[in-house]
Amino acid sequence: MTFDAAKLRADFPILQREVRPGVPLVYLDSTATSQKPLAVITAMDDYYRRSNANIHRGVHTLAEEATALYEGAREKIAKFINAPAAKQVIYTRNTTESINLVAYSWARANLKAGDLVILTEMEHHSNLVPWHMLEMERGIRLEFIPVTETGLLDLEEYKKLLEQGPKLVSFTHMSNVLGTINPAGEIIRLAHQAGALTLVDGAQSVPHFAVDVQALDVDFLAFSAHKMCGPTGIGVLYGKASLLEAMPPFLGGGDMIREVKLRSFKPNALPHKFEAGTPAIAEAVGFGAACDYLTEIGMDNIAAHEHEITEYALERLEEIPGVKLFGPGIKDKGGVAAFTLEGVHPHDVAQILDQDGVAVRAGHHCAQPLHEKFHIPATSRASFYLYSTKDEVDRLVDGIYKVKKYFG
Amino acid sequence: MDDLYREVIIEHYKNPGYRGYLDPHDYAFADSNPLCGDHIEITLRVDGENKISEAAFQGHGCAISQASADLLLESIIGKPLEEVRHLNKDDVLDLLGLDLGPVRLKCALLSLKVLKAGVYGLGEAPDSLVE
Repeated sequence: MTFDAAKLRADFPILQREVRPGVPLVYLDSTATSQKPLAVITAMDDYYRRSNANIHRGVHTLAEEATALYEGAREKIAKFINAPAAKQVIYTRNTTESINLVAYSWARANLKAGDLVILTEMEHHSNLVPWHMLEMERGIRLEFIPVTETGLLDLEEYKKLLEQGPKLVSFTHMSNVLGTINPAGEIIRLAHQAGALTLVDGAQSVPHFAVDVQALDVDFLAFSAHKMCGPTGIGVLYGKASLLEAMPPFLGGGDMIREVKLRSFKPNALPHKFEAGTPAIAEAVGFGAACDYLTEIGMDNIAAHEHEITEYALERLEEIPGVKLFGPGIKDKGGVAAFTLEGVHPHDVAQILDQDGVAVRAGHHCAQPLHEKFHIPATSRASFYLYSTKDEVDRLVDGIYKVKKYFG
Repeated sequence: MDDLYREVIIEHYKNPGYRGYLDPHDYAFADSNPLCGDHIEITLRVDGENKISEAAFQGHGCAISQASADLLLESIIGKPLEEVRHLNKDDVLDLLGLDLGPVRLKCALLSLKVLKAGVYGLGEAPDSLVE
């Protein structure tokens, strides 16, 4: 199909709204969460209207339907990332919980004091704090691949760190601040050569371009539905089957067991071993519908469109006196433009832009160490998705000129 | 909204009257807003009758946080310490002449929190100080 962002916008009810009378919404905060197409909203609505029941074990019609929808969504998600089997797709609450699952289950079973985990300086707090906690609890060691002035990972330094024999390399596929798309395939290949496993934070990559877990040969991949047109409250941990099989359960409770005695239990098989308690069923259904929606449009089309919009945004932002952009050039960058405006705090920028319906985020975007590295307390961030248009970029730029006038 | 960036706020942000650091001082306190990284440090001097004789703030943050610090310090010069201890949220909002949403309220109230923690001699600045 031919890609037409202006047409696609009709699929998203929220994009039709006005922020206040006469002021249409310009949503440039998809990196925080994406908007949802009607197909996803309807799938969840239909589920509650027609099929709602608790899953597994039930034998009545509704329970059968709900289970089929829940497991059907898992298959769609598996296909979306080219996982070898649906059982390797573990439902979690979000990317953060997926990373925590690895930190609690795999790491606590496999890491001891002194073992090295390599992270990067551009990580979101969700891929820092679980490892800080393990550092305090276990005495594991943490090292960080440095970020260069241009916002890229320093792979030469990475190769030196690998000589220290890490057990795990955990890194973001795409920075939520700099927009840097990291060379995941190469980072993983080098890690494996050094005998380390790999965890990729795919929160920003899986929604925006095709991610193939088998081509990457990644050991664990974490991502969230809500950043890829799906609902909040559900995410995924993908893992290689042999690793997941060997890992101890994460949370204990119903559904994750094969057999429970008063003083013991036997864990269930994959994927249920890691899914204790009644899960987010409607959200899984919505997640499956989101994968259908994105697949129908084509991830390559989405990536190409975002590239075009981002290139245009960088050009337009660069021409504004006082604007400083962070991160690499368009060649290595996804749909994120983080910037500062001289003399104006990012909160004030965001607030004045909101006046014209332009929604951007201001703050450290859960990447405080990265901001410290660049010696700035905060940035304003505009981010783009399949429904973003050049017209919206123009309205952002007009808004920034207005901010300059206020503070001029 | 236009109200939010009224001239008085932009003016106090760009040309604050009370920016600085008093050394020596009788009271001092500093705190940050972890959400947005706003930071404010306030130093005070009192006279023989325990009235505020001099006040200064330093730090960084958005226009609302910095302007409210400047307006707040301007308002307490000559006031008894005891009165400063009883300032609350509404006093700051009156100074700003604004009605703020929950996110920006934190920006506006940071200076009051810092001020009260300082004059109460507390080791920390809990949100309850400005509620």
